[in-house]
Amino acid sequence: MERDKNFILGVFEDEDVLLDAIVKVRESGVKIHEVYSPFPVHGIDDVLGYKRSRLPIAAFLFGLLGTSLALTMQFYMMKFDWPMIIGGKDYAAVPDFVPVTFEMTVLLAAFGMVGVFMVASNLKPWANPRIFDLRITDDKHVMAIDLAVNTAIGESKVSEVLKASGASEVNKKSFE
Amino acid sequence: MGHGSTHYNLDQRFDFSAGVKKSIMTVLVIGAVILGAGIVLAMFGGSHDHGGETGAHAFHWYQRLFANLWINNVYFTGIAVIGVFFFAIQYAAQAGWSAPVLRIPLSFGYWLPFAAIMMIGTGLFFLVTHQFFHWTHPELFDPNHPEYDKIIDGKGNFFFWPLAKGSFPIFFIARMVIFFGFWVFFFNKLRSLSYAEDLNGGTEYWRRMRTWSALFLVFFAVSSSVSAWDWVMSIDTHWFSTMFGWYVFASWFVAGLASITLVVVFLKDNGYLPMVNENHIHDLGKFVFAFSVFWTYIWFSQFLLIYYANIPEESVYFVERLQSDVYSPFIIVNLVLNFFLPFLVLMTRDAKRHTIFLKVVCFLIILGHWFDFFLMVQPGTLGHNGGFGLMEIGMLLVYGSVVAYVVLNNLAKQNLVPKNHPMLEESYHHHI
Repeated sequence: MERDKNFILGVFEDEDVLLDAIVKVRESGVKIHEVYSPFPVHGIDDVLGYKRSRLPIAAFLFGLLGTSLALTMQFYMMKFDWPMIIGGKDYAAVPDFVPVTFEMTVLLAAFGMVGVFMVASNLKPWANPRIFDLRITDDKHVMAIDLAVNTAIGESKVSEVLKASGASEVNKKSFE
Repeated sequence: MGHGSTHYNLDQRFDFSAGVKKSIMTVLVIGAVILGAGIVLAMFGGSHDHGGETGAHAFHWYQRLFANLWINNVYFTGIAVIGVFFFAIQYAAQAGWSAPVLRIPLSFGYWLPFAAIMMIGTGLFFLVTHQFFHWTHPELFDPNHPEYDKIIDGKGNFFFWPLAKGSFPIFFIARMVIFFGFWVFFFNKLRSLSYAEDLNGGTEYWRRMRTWSALFLVFFAVSSSVSAWDWVMSIDTHWFSTMFGWYVFASWFVAGLASITLVVVFLKDNGYLPMVNENHIHDLGKFVFAFSVFWTYIWFSQFLLIYYANIPEESVYFVERLQSDVYSPFIIVNLVLNFFLPFLVLMTRDAKRHTIFLKVVCFLIILGHWFDFFLMVQPGTLGHNGGFGLMEIGMLLVYGSVVAYVVLNNLAKQNLVPKNHPMLEESYHHHI
């Protein structure tokens, strides 16, 4: 069976039930593809066993890039390209560079972080997101389970586990 | 993720054991010995001035002692009042996460009555003997005297109103008494409400503490700024900075936050506060990190504007510090300890959640902000006769250990956790 095509969806009404269900489903050996919910659920990344986001590393590196770019730009402009004496200071008056350096660091860290997040989460404007169930934008939590990953357990057993863990509905969803 | 309520021993008290007392006393004795050695050295030829000084302003060794006393007066007053301030913010903001650690900042306030005695006592002594504060000299306000100073005369009413300029600075000392009076009053109010809550329970105490906290915050907003002008900025009498109130507040706040974090970590390491987990520690670490950056922002804003405009009467403040062999190295020490160290070390999540980093950084921040006050006070009072030597180290150790003794001694007298705080259960499940 091909991966990322055929899913079983457990629909949950309540986030506390959902959190318990995630623990139960994972304990039964079923691998969860993803959980969708209309609002942030506190602690869901812990029970799903997600690793820490590496986004801060990207932010730090982009920030560092901003710092170096800003300093390079200002030193080049003020010292070499068009030296000017301003307020009787040196050409390369480092304290003057601090506000610009700070702003560039913040700007690149912020933009870089948003950009990396969008790429990593497939949020590019031309992306064609797959909606598992329209109600995840309203009032339902949906746990998606990829059947191809759980062939050893089998479709009927997965449905049973979902039902037993408190899902109000269990549906099938296939993508082309 | 359990839903059952968690049970902790909420009646636990900090045991101010003989061992802890002994370590504080050891530091006190070591400090006293160093201080004594420093004084003796200064008395017999430690002074930088011998022949070259003009007769009128000969330097005496005790001036350095007074300056040191004042640095520590201001610094530890700040840490004490920041304890009450932090406590008040938590109530005014209706914070839940901090409920189990609230008694620690509150107990810092026990230093306030002692700080008032020290501050008002040394203040009065300086005013009467015309020591330390340049503006206490009456000839500055006498137009017929050769020492007459037009600029200081223009600021005279701020110190002497309603009396004649050059007489006794009643307005200055009245402000000091009023500030300490209200700070101690608000501290006692919050403290007695918090302890009454332990006995009687109910949410009524929490509501009343919220009201009193809000009132205190309004009062503190004004008094912290004015006390910074009075106690620190008036040393450099000609000079002024509109950011100075914030600058002193920021320095106080970071030092206070670092002290709170250090005491919480110390208590946790000794088996107290079992409900305080790495999430609470993380939040305290974030406070230290964030307000270190805030302090740097204020410090640099003050510096950059003065440096860029380069108006002589403003830039003299930094000329005295940056172009001095005595003080310029400490500008670097100040920025390294108070900005680069916390910024780089506490940046990652793990550093804020593991206490070893916090212990090192908080300790160095407390030292670093002492250097900040050292740099505010000494250049304007001692000039090139100042410096960081035995007297400074000794006085800091003596003063710091006395404050630690008073605070811990009083912390031990009540429950460590406000057991009837309505948000205690919420804080057990604090998760970030």
